Amino acid sequence: MTREQVAEFSIEYVQALDEEANLDEAVAPDLDDEQLLEFYRLMRLARRLDERAVALQRRGELGTYAPGVGQEAAQVGSATALAPEEWLVPSFREGAALLARGAPIHRLLWYSMGMEEGAEVDGANFPPSIPVGSQPLHATGIGWGKEIAGEEEAAMVYFGDGATSQGDVYEAMNVAGALDAHVVFLCQNNQWAISTPRASQTRAGTIAQKAVAAGIEGVQVDGNDPLGVHAVTRDALESARGGDPVLVEALTYRRSMHTTSDDPRVYRTEEEEAEWEARDPIARFERYLRAEGLLDDERIADIAEEVEGAIADEIDRAKEGQKRVVPAEMFDYVYAEPTSELRRQKAEFERETGGGETTTPEEGSSGDERAGGGEVSGRGE
Amino acid sequence: MANEIRMVEAIQQALDEEMARDESVLVYGEDVGVSGGVFRATKELRESYPDRVYDTPLAESAILGLGVGLGATGYTPVTEIQFASFAYQGFHQLVQHATRLRSRTRGTLGVPMTVRTPYGGGIRALELHSESFEAGYAHVPGLKTVVPSNAADAKGLLTSAVRDPDPVMFLEPTSRYRASREAVPEGEHTVPLGEAEVVREGADVTVVAWGAMLAETLSAVGRGDADVDAEVIDLRTVSPMDSETVLDSVRKTGRCVVVHEAPRTAGLAAEIIARINDDALYYLEAPVERVTGYDVPFPLFAREDAYRPDAERIRRGIERALSA
Repeated sequence: MTREQVAEFSIEYVQALDEEANLDEAVAPDLDDEQLLEFYRLMRLARRLDERAVALQRRGELGTYAPGVGQEAAQVGSATALAPEEWLVPSFREGAALLARGAPIHRLLWYSMGMEEGAEVDGANFPPSIPVGSQPLHATGIGWGKEIAGEEEAAMVYFGDGATSQGDVYEAMNVAGALDAHVVFLCQNNQWAISTPRASQTRAGTIAQKAVAAGIEGVQVDGNDPLGVHAVTRDALESARGGDPVLVEALTYRRSMHTTSDDPRVYRTEEEEAEWEARDPIARFERYLRAEGLLDDERIADIAEEVEGAIADEIDRAKEGQKRVVPAEMFDYVYAEPTSELRRQKAEFERETGGGETTTPEEGSSGDERAGGGEVSGRGE
Repeated sequence: MANEIRMVEAIQQALDEEMARDESVLVYGEDVGVSGGVFRATKELRESYPDRVYDTPLAESAILGLGVGLGATGYTPVTEIQFASFAYQGFHQLVQHATRLRSRTRGTLGVPMTVRTPYGGGIRALELHSESFEAGYAHVPGLKTVVPSNAADAKGLLTSAVRDPDPVMFLEPTSRYRASREAVPEGEHTVPLGEAEVVREGADVTVVAWGAMLAETLSAVGRGDADVDAEVIDLRTVSPMDSETVLDSVRKTGRCVVVHEAPRTAGLAAEIIARINDDALYYLEAPVERVTGYDVPFPLFAREDAYRPDAERIRRGIERALSA
């Protein structure tokens, strides 16, 4: 009988900025002061938007909303590593990542106001995926297309720790490896899949090691460290652009609820929440930037004021657009050309509801014209 | 010019010609490359287009999910699911993503994917190789579902499916792949999606069928009594459904029989009858009859012939419609 070890693996953990905000120069990405401040501004913008959105939901002005509080570094750090023309395929909690990609705030709000206008694609961003874990295959498809076309671009897909229990996530990683797809799998391991803790989700010691079975590289990074996340994602994208997909596990924490329909007090302790509050990504980064002389009380107040104003304007704009929703438009985009049965059903709908203003894809204006005004992007310009 | 070829060859011809016409067309799936597909529908395509024909890992959800990403970013994916009953493992990708990407992004992204798959019984295949799930696909908004019954239509409809900007489920009746040689136009040949065809004119009763059941229907009316003058309609695209052609015929004949291989309950016959009730009820001289498979899992092949409607059962359905 022969027994020998035929496989072994290890998973690397990376951190650039530790909990005390000390920087490891060897790991830190080369970013200028302006970029560092932009990271900070985006994280503050995402955090404040989440707070305002939850408040709006509580007042009945917004539908279900999934806040990303605590995950700003994982999202801003990674999304900023993707080139603007490269595709980002989000899950449903990627507000911060989409802001970093320049997505207009009112569109994010429209989606939670129950309007398809909020999922209109602007730039190389897929719309949110409400099913959990099925969208990594779409990024793999995009990234496989890049391999076939011989283009050195990649796609990046976001999903959570719970999604990795879905078969499609494994299929996506396995197929990506087999087909040399240019894709980075970015798992935000935020410790909770609604009320199911990470430890009940899988017996695997890390999420990153799920890459091993697919034959692709897996790496773990401190997800509350924007600089570490940026460095790791930048390297992963570089690898992916050459046909070697990577799974990045960003260790972080969902500090708020799963969605506004959820109450985390039912299933987790205040001690745990307090422990992660102390590791808050924005507080850590702020401490670092203060030590570097890039931020002081006055500049922080200026940024807060700017963010507050931008969000207030965009909330107004979102509400204006909401008033112009045309129900009959639900018939207009099912197929590139509406079928005769859909035309019949639309006419019937208009007859029964008294008609009113309607548009068709051919004669209609774009959603933005209907909603009025130009874009206000998340990117500071 | 027309060639006498089999349906599977007509399908291969359509794929070949569409790949030659449009560089964005990618053909991929399990065993479609080196071996040319288990039914040989993609035979020799890889030799002609080595960079556009791919064998994928064995993963139906992946095959359909990859198409969403490819289709939304400039490719025209034409995938093969080896047997229709394994498409269930990717059904969620169709329902949750491929068919609704256009409407949920208000037209800013679309998925011009064609999913080819052999379906239906009659070839004494293994368990779960013979189902007819067209009603399930027809129930999905944003999807088109096409079922050719003959070689020329297979070429023409597949060409249209590949060119369609939306996802198309293309169900190929396995039993017809090699059933006969038929005249198929050479070169460009398209059959519009969503148009039924009156394949036999008649005055006494309308018989609606598609896919493999068309041949059974023609066989049933062909050896009928001289006084049974049946009009036969090949639906060809089951969704969107060309009910006008059916309604016009029913208004003329006053009687109708719908034939399908799929189970009866919530099958497409129910939809066709509902549309007749909506728009041609007062032309009817008898209740609409349906001749269908039974509400049982498709049996192993020792009982396959008992399950599938054949000329005899169709003939009895026509007689019921005529005698009422």
